[in-house]
Amino acid sequence: MQTGAQATGGRNRAAGADLWNRELLGHAARDSFRKLNPRWMLHNPVMFVVEVCSALTTVDALRHLFAGNLAQFNFVGQISAWLWLTVLFANFAEAMAEGRGQAQADALRRSRTEVTAKKVVASGIQQVPGASLVKGDIVLVEAGDVIPGDGEVIAGIAAVDESAITGESAPVVREAGGDRCAVTGGTLVISDQIRVRITAGRGESFLDRMISLIEGATRQKTPNEIALAILLAGLTLIFLVVVVTLAPFARYSHATVSVTVLIALLVCLVPTTIGGLLSAIGISGMNRLLQHNVVALSGRAIEAAGDVNVIMLDKTGTLTLGNRQAVEFRPLPGVAMEELATIALLSSLSDDTPEGRSIVALARGTHGAAADPAGAEFVPFTAQTRMSGINRGAELVRKGAGDAVAEFVRSQGGEIPGELEGIIAGIARSGGTPLVVAVNDRCLGVIHLKDVVKTGIRERLASLRRAGIRTVMITGDNPLTAETIAREVGVDDFLAQATPERKMEYILSQKREGYLVAMVGDGTNDAPALAHADVAVAMNTGTMAAREAGNMIDLDSNPQKLMDIVETGKQILITRGALTTFSVANDVAKYFAILPAMFVVVYPGLQALNIMHLTSPETAILSAIIFNALIIPLLIPLALRGVTYRPVGAATLLRNNLLVYGLGGLILPFVGIKLIDLVVTALHLVQTTVR
Amino acid sequence: MTVPGVLQLLVFMAVMALLAIPMGRYMHRVFEGRRTFLDPVLVPCERFIYRFCGMDPTAEMHWTTYGLALLALNLAGFVVLFALILLQQVLPLNPAHLPKVPFWVAWNTAVSFVSNTNWQVYGGESTLSYLTQMWLTVQQFLSPITGICFFLAVVRGFSRQNTDLLGNFWRDFVRTLLWISIPGAIVGTVVLVGLGSPQNFSPYTVVHTLQGASQTIAQGPIASMTSIMQLGDNGGGYMNMNAAHPFEAPNAASLLFQLLLGFLIPVGCVYLFGLMVKDRRQGWAIYATMALMFIPLTLIMYHAEAAGNPILAQFHLSGTANMEGKEVRFGPALSSLFNSGTTAVSWGSIAAANDSMTPIGGLIPLFNMMTGEVIFGSWGVGMVGMLAYAVLAVFLAGLMVGRTPEYLGKKIQAFEVKMSVLAMIVPSFVILIFAALSVMLKPGLGAIANPGPHGLSEVLYAFASGVGNNGSAFGGLNSAAPWYAATVGFAMLFGRYPMYLPLLAMAGSLGRKQRVPVSAGTFPTHGAMFVGLLAGTVVIVGALVFFPALALGPLAEQFAMQAGRLF
Amino acid sequence: MAVPQPVPRGCDGKGRIAVRAHLWSGFRLVLLMTVILGLGYNGAMTGVARLIFPRQAAGSLIVRSGTVVGSRLIGQQFTSGRFFQGRPSATTPPYNAASSGATNYGPTNPALIDEVRTNLAAVERANPGVPSTAIPPDLVESSASGIDPDISPEAALLQVARVAAANRLPTQAVRQLVLAHERGRFLGLYGSPHVNVLELNLALLSLVRQG
Repeated sequence: MQTGAQATGGRNRAAGADLWNRELLGHAARDSFRKLNPRWMLHNPVMFVVEVCSALTTVDALRHLFAGNLAQFNFVGQISAWLWLTVLFANFAEAMAEGRGQAQADALRRSRTEVTAKKVVASGIQQVPGASLVKGDIVLVEAGDVIPGDGEVIAGIAAVDESAITGESAPVVREAGGDRCAVTGGTLVISDQIRVRITAGRGESFLDRMISLIEGATRQKTPNEIALAILLAGLTLIFLVVVVTLAPFARYSHATVSVTVLIALLVCLVPTTIGGLLSAIGISGMNRLLQHNVVALSGRAIEAAGDVNVIMLDKTGTLTLGNRQAVEFRPLPGVAMEELATIALLSSLSDDTPEGRSIVALARGTHGAAADPAGAEFVPFTAQTRMSGINRGAELVRKGAGDAVAEFVRSQGGEIPGELEGIIAGIARSGGTPLVVAVNDRCLGVIHLKDVVKTGIRERLASLRRAGIRTVMITGDNPLTAETIAREVGVDDFLAQATPERKMEYILSQKREGYLVAMVGDGTNDAPALAHADVAVAMNTGTMAAREAGNMIDLDSNPQKLMDIVETGKQILITRGALTTFSVANDVAKYFAILPAMFVVVYPGLQALNIMHLTSPETAILSAIIFNALIIPLLIPLALRGVTYRPVGAATLLRNNLLVYGLGGLILPFVGIKLIDLVVTALHLVQTTVR
Repeated sequence: MTVPGVLQLLVFMAVMALLAIPMGRYMHRVFEGRRTFLDPVLVPCERFIYRFCGMDPTAEMHWTTYGLALLALNLAGFVVLFALILLQQVLPLNPAHLPKVPFWVAWNTAVSFVSNTNWQVYGGESTLSYLTQMWLTVQQFLSPITGICFFLAVVRGFSRQNTDLLGNFWRDFVRTLLWISIPGAIVGTVVLVGLGSPQNFSPYTVVHTLQGASQTIAQGPIASMTSIMQLGDNGGGYMNMNAAHPFEAPNAASLLFQLLLGFLIPVGCVYLFGLMVKDRRQGWAIYATMALMFIPLTLIMYHAEAAGNPILAQFHLSGTANMEGKEVRFGPALSSLFNSGTTAVSWGSIAAANDSMTPIGGLIPLFNMMTGEVIFGSWGVGMVGMLAYAVLAVFLAGLMVGRTPEYLGKKIQAFEVKMSVLAMIVPSFVILIFAALSVMLKPGLGAIANPGPHGLSEVLYAFASGVGNNGSAFGGLNSAAPWYAATVGFAMLFGRYPMYLPLLAMAGSLGRKQRVPVSAGTFPTHGAMFVGLLAGTVVIVGALVFFPALALGPLAEQFAMQAGRLF
Repeated sequence: MAVPQPVPRGCDGKGRIAVRAHLWSGFRLVLLMTVILGLGYNGAMTGVARLIFPRQAAGSLIVRSGTVVGSRLIGQQFTSGRFFQGRPSATTPPYNAASSGATNYGPTNPALIDEVRTNLAAVERANPGVPSTAIPPDLVESSASGIDPDISPEAALLQVARVAAANRLPTQAVRQLVLAHERGRFLGLYGSPHVNVLELNLALLSLVRQG
């Protein structure tokens, strides 16, 4: 989680930090009462049952009050109060989770102020309200304007401040064509002007979708959440039958058991802990992703992230630094090192790419080369020539891919020395990129460019492997180079000379074998592969096509974040499983508290089951109910934060969690109920003689 | 407790673990259609049956079709048996001139034998003619095979992928009948007669005792019926007192052989499961779970019976063992092993009277049934029940490793959880609700034999046995009373088919799924931790659901007995 | 396992709705098996059993001077002091071999305590001088079948003095007879040591005749 948090922009993180701020708490408290509406409660069968039970005990308490039976009223009334509190605590947990999302949604909404758009029409520019724009309209946006809607840049280039949605203050460049053409409504153009074709109508823009997702309006239960809800409903139903049939069994045994006591038993048995926290866990999971500045377009995608077994990572930018560095010059036989260094320096003086700068640094620093570029004319790199260099008078200096430069030398009437091939192959084998340097018809030698692996990436990949996730490096390099880098970085597999088709084929072949695949993409040509990946994270800087194909959007456009997303997915599942186990394990202690209390009068021997030595039947039942209620708020922080996930093997992870939440869930309530019983007894909350 | 008393259990379990391997392998050959040494005789029989019955043994079936064929056969079996029982008095082979069987007794008996429960509301030798007993034999052959077909279909859901097809019911059925049931029953009969059981159609023998009185001794084809009863985990003993009757189990060797017959196919099924999912470790993990539950439970029962009833200490006898309702040739240890086995493996016949066991001694068989008879269980059914528990255990545990839970490479999702929850809660509901009604209503209360908490145990036991398709009983309860004959009949139906259909549906859903490859992130389901988790799930789920009822029954009685209290 | 193409649900491989076909097959199979298994299996097994184990197949009957006096597997009621006596039986009449059954008394049922008290008194009356601490539970608690043919060696030994006196035999000879009839555990592990009362009494009778 650490890396993600550090990479995150300021604002969202701040919103996460004051988890317990006063306004949020107050709001959540108010909401938890509003949520008592039975129609709302129905979506959570476990808590609905508790609410019905609360109402029933309230009626019972009032009956005792009007009958003047004050001792019974005191006991039943307290049970009733704690039952209501149980419901309120559960509502509070949900409201807290929603409240935190709400804060983020509000921030987004503020950026969606009404704007006036400059619509391009046949007659020129027309001022229209931003809301009136429809898909396909073209608008002009100039420096200082807010982009009125999602769209594609069709002309021009501009610096855009996207901090409103990303929280990242550095402006990004948006230009027509290529992979940086997508713009988002609500962001601010700070320089130049662009023409934008609107791609989303009102209410369906990216921002709108994000807000509604965060607010939970479109939040749908995820598959595992549904499965768990079924299990919880099943358990609730079983315990309902257990308690209802207990009444005749008790009558057969000549025991008198009041409705309130049966209800208390029922509420203690049904899985209120997980039932009360279930939706909070899901909502807060989505919020945690948002703190990483990732918007999941569906909860299903977050869950799928936990299941991923193959992660496809772009080499450049994710595994290695975005640029390669020159590490060595390899002159051909008969060429002096100094000459090669000088010409290499000359070829790169006007080359502003990181590679070019690294060649300059190497030539100057290590080899002390110097060159005078006066009168030189820069020849930029083009996709056709695949070379760059300078022309200084008749001296044509070139550097570039081996075959391109060889072509150039031959066209100048030169020969290609036989040794060149060997040097190029050697560098490629070692994972480097060879750049051949030539002057006119003479081939001088080769510059060895090398990928620089990001620090910490090896460890990160190793931890993924421990969690059972295979990593696949995607690279445009040839297989030899790719293999070397793959070994250096520590990925499990690689896809060399990757084209959009090959990426898609690879994903499909993995899926055929039953793997779940996650990938990050940005370009339009990633869209087909993204559409097939189970977890597809689109860079926010990416094209509209890529963003449409993805099911998550990374606002920071940091591809390394895929790993954070996977961990968040796992964390949500673990938290649900852990709290369910805890909740069910709790029941054992509650049986030992309540059952002897119910039947010790008819079967005094059952006192042997009162292993906690609770003071009296009344204190035992009340203590169990209080424990059952208090455990919910105590676990809210855990539900919102999530159970800590460590990337270790499944067996170890399970053993640890079973120990903490299973065994802990068995033991803790024995201690808790005993302590509460001591307090209840000390405060004389119930008359212990009441039957 | 004595050393031989503990050792007999451990030796028996070790032998069964060894027998599981050849049995499982043989069954695997039979269901894969590979050659066996019986083929020259049986293949022509198999072809004849398919032709005679108009079955297509080649068409693979969707789970709905498989379930439909299964239900069709069971319905046919019920109709035929019900009619034949009601016609007893007009049919031949009734040398003792036993009268018409009452309607509810006939209903209960027909349901009982078709559902593999073999709950006996009748006293065998005193109610049913030789011929009627022989009709029951037919279902003793057929009803366990229904279970094994169910098992095969469910396991195919796990072992296959990307398919809707779970095998052919008729082929599974007929091959089991010909290759397993019939040869097994024949061998069993010969051994049982050799060990002393009678096998004849003679009239009841009247003997002149040494003291000069006359004694009528019930006879019949006892060995052949006991053989298939035990092999098929049926439990409908020829005699009222089942294996406690000296003709059904004349000696410890015969009883031991019957134990072995009862365990044989169920342990084979567990090994077969490992073979079918192509990972024998998975089979052994389930096996270990079952054995590790069976051994301590049986020891607890044996300990309780050997320690006996402290209330009787006032008479200062030479020993404490509880011999009420036990046979001397078996003693407390072997009686406990057999009666614990009867509810674990679900054959349902008894070697000692459960009703006269100490409260804890009676609690163990009761608990075995309440947890769904998943400790081996009857043919394949116990194994599937255990798989349903495994699905639930894996679902919770799987979440805790941060993945959508998987079992045997299949993702456990909402549908699978729904079906296994359904298969688990319906039986619990039926036990609790029928038992609650019985103690509320006069006809239910009237049939209870023992006072106090023991009476509640009797009622709980009756419905647990019915729902679990077990057939053993706390014999004091007057189960022939119309209320119990009718309700236990329904309990037997509810306990069987509402469990089959959801789990078949689950298998259908699993079969369609692609298998997820194993990785370091997969929770391994063949290690000690899984064994512990699975056993824990079975015990905790069973305990949570039935603890209150058990607290008012066996537990209350145990504490009362210790305090010397009578009811 | 080769897996053919999926078929629509509820249909067989040929796509027909197959409810009736399956029902028909089911009925035919049940009827066929009613004949083959119900009649054939039991009948054939009876024939085989008579051939291989004629004595067991007939019920292990004991014939003494032309009359069947019992089955060695089925207990008989012995009330006379001359005979070794068996266990209490819950059937009516006791040792009813046509309707087996137990008391089914639960451990906290007062009837159980009364039963044991009555049985104990009877045993003590029949065997004067035998202390209760020498009486094993099996002699005062009812059997499961009601026709249990066996008693524990301890239960037989405590009757030796009475039986010897009633038959005017030397105690030692009767004692030897009991020990000779003691059967141990199967394989040394399974079951309990026991003595078959009918066989013991038959041996006793021949001893009396010899004596």
